[in-house]
Amino acid sequence: MMPDQLLFAMEVTLNGLMAGVLYALVALGFVLIFKASGIFNYAQGVMALFAALTLVGIMDGQVPFSHLINAMFGTDIHDFGWHVPAVLAIALTMVLMVGFAWLVNRLVLRHLVNQEPIILFMATIGLAYFLEGFGDIMWGSDIKKLDVGLPQGLNAFIDDTTYGWFGYGFFIDNLDIVATVIAALLVTGLVLFSQYTKQGRALRAVADDHQAALSVGISLNFIWVLVWSVAGFVALVAGIMWGAKSGVQFSLSLIALKALPVLMLGGFTSIPGAIVGGLIIGVGEKLFEFIAGPALGGATENWFAYVLALLFLVFRPQGLFGEKIIERV
Amino acid sequence: MFYREAGDFSTTYPQDSQTFPIRFDRYRYYAVLVIAFAVVPFIINDYWLNAIFLPFLIYSIAAIGLNILVGYCGQVSLGTGGFMAVGAYSCYKFMTGVDIWLMGADGQMIQYALPPINIFFSVILAGLVTAAVGVLFGLPSLRIKGFYLAVATLAAQFFLVWLFNKWEWAYNYSASGQINAPTRGFLGVDVTGPATEAWATYLFCLMFVIGSAVLARNLTRGSVGRKWMAIRDMDIAAEIIGVNPLRAKLSAFAVSSFFVGVSGALFFSVYLGAVEVGEAFGIQKSFLVLFMIIIGGLGSIFGSFAGAAFMVLLPVLLKNTLVGTLGWPTDLAAHIEFIIVGALIVVFLILEPHGLAQLWRVAKEKLRLWPFPY
Repeated sequence: MMPDQLLFAMEVTLNGLMAGVLYALVALGFVLIFKASGIFNYAQGVMALFAALTLVGIMDGQVPFSHLINAMFGTDIHDFGWHVPAVLAIALTMVLMVGFAWLVNRLVLRHLVNQEPIILFMATIGLAYFLEGFGDIMWGSDIKKLDVGLPQGLNAFIDDTTYGWFGYGFFIDNLDIVATVIAALLVTGLVLFSQYTKQGRALRAVADDHQAALSVGISLNFIWVLVWSVAGFVALVAGIMWGAKSGVQFSLSLIALKALPVLMLGGFTSIPGAIVGGLIIGVGEKLFEFIAGPALGGATENWFAYVLALLFLVFRPQGLFGEKIIERV
Repeated sequence: MFYREAGDFSTTYPQDSQTFPIRFDRYRYYAVLVIAFAVVPFIINDYWLNAIFLPFLIYSIAAIGLNILVGYCGQVSLGTGGFMAVGAYSCYKFMTGVDIWLMGADGQMIQYALPPINIFFSVILAGLVTAAVGVLFGLPSLRIKGFYLAVATLAAQFFLVWLFNKWEWAYNYSASGQINAPTRGFLGVDVTGPATEAWATYLFCLMFVIGSAVLARNLTRGSVGRKWMAIRDMDIAAEIIGVNPLRAKLSAFAVSSFFVGVSGALFFSVYLGAVEVGEAFGIQKSFLVLFMIIIGGLGSIFGSFAGAAFMVLLPVLLKNTLVGTLGWPTDLAAHIEFIIVGALIVVFLILEPHGLAQLWRVAKEKLRLWPFPY
């Protein structure tokens, strides 16, 4: 029989791994855009929120901008009174995210070509603010329940099995398991896409060298719209997962901030880095809270990831899998 | 016609190197000072003070501080809120008397407390404490650059906010976890606490603003500022021509955090009076100050003021128009504010990446030739 503390720690580690997968999902969106365009897209988290809001809104048949319309014209409308099936709603949301990607490129990024990275970063912060306000006005800012039919609650099989082994059942949420499977599928899909399709190769070429890619006839505009759409898709998946876990609300956009240390740890340019970084952060912060949290007064999850990433970067400034930073004068 | 250097002769070196070499500029500066010190205090009331003047003055100091770090030294920081919290909490400790707990002879803990320090010096000391904390969190900047550094400063933001939530000593073991500014006076006039005169708090903050602006302006004009700018433009090249990156970067962090700490101290003690750290100094505050310097203009003291004024006035104007005139619900106005702020930032970056300060510069260039452009 193992000591209880060790069992708890194992359970915490497992849960940390699951949480890490969700962080990695958000971080993945960042990496995609950063690789293809060198833009650090702060709006990724808000995109996840916006996608989730839109999904819920479409599924429940809400009238977009109803709050605004009511305020302007003194009417009182809320919803169309129909329910859209989840699959169709997801497809519609995806169409909207592609439209958003196209608009961002048309209205913002095209005008900021050749600006310094920091300016582009600031522009995406502006974009994040815009999208946040826009999402709230479009769908209302109350907390919404997202239910696309994913299994939830305690996984009885794991509970039983571990109880049989250790005499103590591990609590693992079904949703986390689904999230892990989906994340694995997503990453496999992305890798296959970027290795074996024409667009995927073009995408990697752009990531490697903009000018060389242009010179062999790859359309930068198309690639950027494509990559923002893919990032929008990743955001939608992340939004569904987080939304199903803790409701669709403003705090969803804050997970973007949690994805940042994940990125730093893994390196901005590496897809495996995002996954590994996410797992390290997820496990690290859960274990640290478990071990040192009670002594420090709890809630160490708020800052542990950042401090860990900070300390790590001091020794390896490009992250785990990032490309070596070479500077020339 | 008015704004030109013709006929303005410098006969001594001090005249040649003064802050405002053009006479019109100089008189405009004096005029602004006279209005700020001798006119505004007589007409100011509580609404104008709390809605516009105090936030503007206090955010100006924070914006100047952040501008030194981001605009002049090129080290992007998202930890402003955390550093403001350091300023606020250390100011609170100095105002109420710093206490230490020591083990007595009989094993009991005995509290020794310093006497409370005058609010003026409390604010200055709070700035110094923040400068020390800033240097500590600035250390990684020697290894980490660009985005990585921006994210690394988030560690400061989240850690410091968490710390002031959990560290009971910092808020004098109060049950609510809030800090409340006791009534304190400067030169015999109350500037903190519930019963203050509008003009008194206004002048108290204005004093710090003018001091910060003059200090920052002269630092950035001098050798320190040139070193910062060299580091910003290309740190390896700067190192080769003999700028010590360690000293340049850490001094930028220290000076910047000093100003940010002063503004945090004033924000708590004079403006809000009572503070809950997560609410007042959260990540949103870091972004707010960052937006101020982007919209105002990176690397410009005037830009810090312009950006602070813009970001303070915009919500007030929007609220007055949407809620006051059109009668829309407040939450809707808040969302529209988000949209407008976000869109403005993007538009500004596209049309004028150098901010309001650049518009001002262009306007001045036009004025020099106006009305005879040839």
